[in-house]
Amino acid sequence: MATTKLDFKGMNCPMPIMKTAIAIKKAVSGDVFEVVSNDPGFEPDIKAWCKETGNILTSITKTGSEFTAIITKK
Amino acid sequence: MENQELSRTVQELQERLDKLEAKNTRLTMVLFSGDFDKVMAAFIIANGALAMGKEVTLFVTFWGLDALKKPDMGSAGKNFLEKMVTLMRPKGPAKLPTSKMNFGGIGPKLFQYMMGQKNVEPLSSLIEMSREFGIKIIACQMSMDVMGIKKEDLIDGIEVGGVAAFLSESYASNTTLFV
Repeated sequence: MATTKLDFKGMNCPMPIMKTAIAIKKAVSGDVFEVVSNDPGFEPDIKAWCKETGNILTSITKTGSEFTAIITKK
Repeated sequence: MENQELSRTVQELQERLDKLEAKNTRLTMVLFSGDFDKVMAAFIIANGALAMGKEVTLFVTFWGLDALKKPDMGSAGKNFLEKMVTLMRPKGPAKLPTSKMNFGGIGPKLFQYMMGQKNVEPLSSLIEMSREFGIKIIACQMSMDVMGIKKEDLIDGIEVGGVAAFLSESYASNTTLFV
């Protein structure tokens, strides 16, 4: 299955979470998303969001000031 | 006989558990303040909860009502004191003062500029977004009465209710915040 890339660079809290929620809402179970953000609070936020919504956070990596999260829709 | 009783008990427990679990999906907030910074905080939290798939109810009372006013709200049909209050209070999210460093209205402009620099979403669009996500807004009937605010003075698509409406939402939520 193809991975959908979501570029939320430049956005600040709570937008990366909101935009992620909107994108994933439209997807079907098993769809994979690569979410990129340079919001300094993105890591704890996306972890909490996945925990609350039950979507699977496969990985989160940081390169410079950029975070890349791989999320699979539950 | 005993089996029947047991299955009835299990069913009752299941219903109580469902009720308890449903609480985890709800957030209720009181928005009392009409300060720009506090209204901003309330809508950021509301939007975060909505993004997590929670149901959010915002009970808006007293100064908080300023944030829900239509910018072109008029004072026709209001008595003298109500007209004065209407004249003196800000109308809508763009006109709210900050709780600190307001500097006669320059403060909010300064903060809005600084927030724009950091790509923080403006308050009006946070409000719009929460509405698209299905936030439930209840305006306090009593404060509306006191200040002569009519339902048509406030943004469309909201409900009007009293303390019981708020409490009923609050009892069904596991989180209630007062801003």
